[in-house]
Amino acid sequence: MALLETINLVKSFGGLTAVNRVNFQLEAGRIVSIIGPNGAGKTTLFNTLTGIYQPDQGQINFNGSSLVGLRPDQIAARGMARTFQNIRLFGEMTVIENILVGMHAHLKQSPLQALLRLPAFRREERESEHKAVELMHYVGLSGVGNELAKNLPYGAQRRLEIARALAADPLLLLLDEPAAGMNPQETEEVTHLFRHIRDHKGITILLIEHDMRVVMNISEQICVMDYGEKIAEGTPAEIRANTRVIEAYLGRGAVAGQHEEQR
Amino acid sequence: MTTPFSTLLLRTLNKGVLPYLLILVHIALGSALVYTAPRSNLAFLVLISSLFTLYVLKADNRFKLIAGAILALLIIPVIGVRNIFYLEVIFQISVFAALALGLNIVVGFAGLLDLGYVAFYAVGAYLWAFFGSQQYFVLPFAPGTQPSDLPFLLPGDAFYLFLFIAIIVAALTGILLGLPVLRLRGDYLAIVTLGFGEVIRVLANNLDKPLNFTNGPQGITPIQRPTMPDWAVQGFNDLFGPLIGHTVSPADMYNLYFYLLALLVIIVIIFVTRRLDDSKIGRAWTAVREDETAAIAMGVPLVRMKLAAFAVGASFAGVMGVLLAASRTFISPESFSFMQSIGVLSMVILGGSGSIAGVILGAAVVTILNLQVLQGFSLYLSELRQSEAIIPIINFAWRDLSTQLDPAKYQRLLFGLILILMMIFRPAGLIPAKRRKRKLADDQPAAE
Repeated sequence: MALLETINLVKSFGGLTAVNRVNFQLEAGRIVSIIGPNGAGKTTLFNTLTGIYQPDQGQINFNGSSLVGLRPDQIAARGMARTFQNIRLFGEMTVIENILVGMHAHLKQSPLQALLRLPAFRREERESEHKAVELMHYVGLSGVGNELAKNLPYGAQRRLEIARALAADPLLLLLDEPAAGMNPQETEEVTHLFRHIRDHKGITILLIEHDMRVVMNISEQICVMDYGEKIAEGTPAEIRANTRVIEAYLGRGAVAGQHEEQR
Repeated sequence: MTTPFSTLLLRTLNKGVLPYLLILVHIALGSALVYTAPRSNLAFLVLISSLFTLYVLKADNRFKLIAGAILALLIIPVIGVRNIFYLEVIFQISVFAALALGLNIVVGFAGLLDLGYVAFYAVGAYLWAFFGSQQYFVLPFAPGTQPSDLPFLLPGDAFYLFLFIAIIVAALTGILLGLPVLRLRGDYLAIVTLGFGEVIRVLANNLDKPLNFTNGPQGITPIQRPTMPDWAVQGFNDLFGPLIGHTVSPADMYNLYFYLLALLVIIVIIFVTRRLDDSKIGRAWTAVREDETAAIAMGVPLVRMKLAAFAVGASFAGVMGVLLAASRTFISPESFSFMQSIGVLSMVILGGSGSIAGVILGAAVVTILNLQVLQGFSLYLSELRQSEAIIPIINFAWRDLSTQLDPAKYQRLLFGLILILMMIFRPAGLIPAKRRKRKLADDQPAAE
């Protein structure tokens, strides 16, 4: 059974239907990309999946249960973690604290335990701190545990967002334009990181990305959206050859895909 | 970036035994000054600012603890009983520090702007005012018409129990307020909480009919104090009598007693705040403040965390309300005006939103400005007015100075000015909040 499945999902804002009857299945253990021109409804789809928006119609099934009507924190607790298109870290908190917030749903301590500093509390704090440092290293940050998140350079902030999402021990990781604003070398590194996350942590990855090098390189399946609808789905090779996809991009005068390849 | 002057100064002062010496000298100097000149505001400022020196300079924690204990438990009681006004100032600082610490949880940690915070203070105060006075038996009487021989509902010692009941009642009130306003952010939240604060005050003003719960604008009095054991008064006089120079009456002793209670409450509050801040719930609060959407997407239950912030913040105010009602023996709606909420908020902002030491300093600065500096200045001006003195060069007789010019009345102007200057030069407050630096043994900068 699919890990994530949407059935006729609709989300509209006033007259604009941002997500229009999207049927989509995501098998566990895969890396899947969603692409599409600007305003195609990709981020809205993410926000609907994670509960930030409630769908107007349709079903979302995740790991065997429906997500419709759940709050974002409940959805997160069921194993869906995400990063944001425009980085949303907790700027005034340290790197370690950012990652610890990601573990929120897993920490068992009660406020009373925190007040009395019981041994169970101390142990949990020590272990989670240790795990946070490990995650920090895992995404390629080191020696910055006590830095405020806002003081990190851009690339490091993107990595920290991934570490914070991983801290929740998710089944599914949603990445919203994780390579935006990165230079080719950084892009190469995070692409490698994503593959490593899937291969070694067994986390399914769904990402939105505009950088076709990343998309074509990493995805096993690509879903193309335009005007809120899913217009195509398939392997990178299939998508490359799909006329509707080429139309969607070319029709807007954006020849980015081919331009990239010629270079 | 240039290092600020204060950091440089601190670095030079924090060498070897110098901080220890400075702390001792400051405390000794302050105590000596106040002891020899019990009426001088300046001397008092020197003494009270030694707490700041104690906090800022780097010294062994045990040394700081002992020095602080001597200051709070020995020096302040002695000089406070010699001049009861000082004790009043310190008591008020403590009360406002507790309020500021409570508001700090809501505004500083969780980032929820609450303009009606004083309502929770009122809830605590009226709770004890009702149960700790004759008010229960006054219920059927309109204000002013009750017979004079009514009994008290509860003995004065129930006060201690009500300190705990107030925690629960105020926390529940906090949750009650929190529930409907949870979906609001920023300005909208501020407006609704402002309204709530006013509702509580207006309730207190008007709940004298059909049943007389609050005695309306006249307020409730007398409110009982807890009994103090005889041996405490006797013992204090035996111990400190020679230092003070006169025997302390039980009535004066109460001021000291409430000061100590307030001190105890503050210590508990600081303890609770620090421990909560450095745990899952404190991190969740800060995360909510920093970015609500990101926090909820990371699995932080927004509703529960906001309610918790409201409840904890409110409970601090509730306890202090009980303490205030008992120490004043009189409570009226006037004490819980909107300006009080603003006052507490300005303490938090002035001191440093989110910083425990900061908001206490903020409470001290604002209270001292209010009670001592401005009033002292007013007094000085009125003395000048009555004298024959003239300002030299411009030949202006002090006698002709308008009586309208009364610094004590310019309190709000001054606070407004201070807040504007703070926003320009030190937006994070006098003592900005800092995140705890963890000892991360396994996080060494990698050799890349």
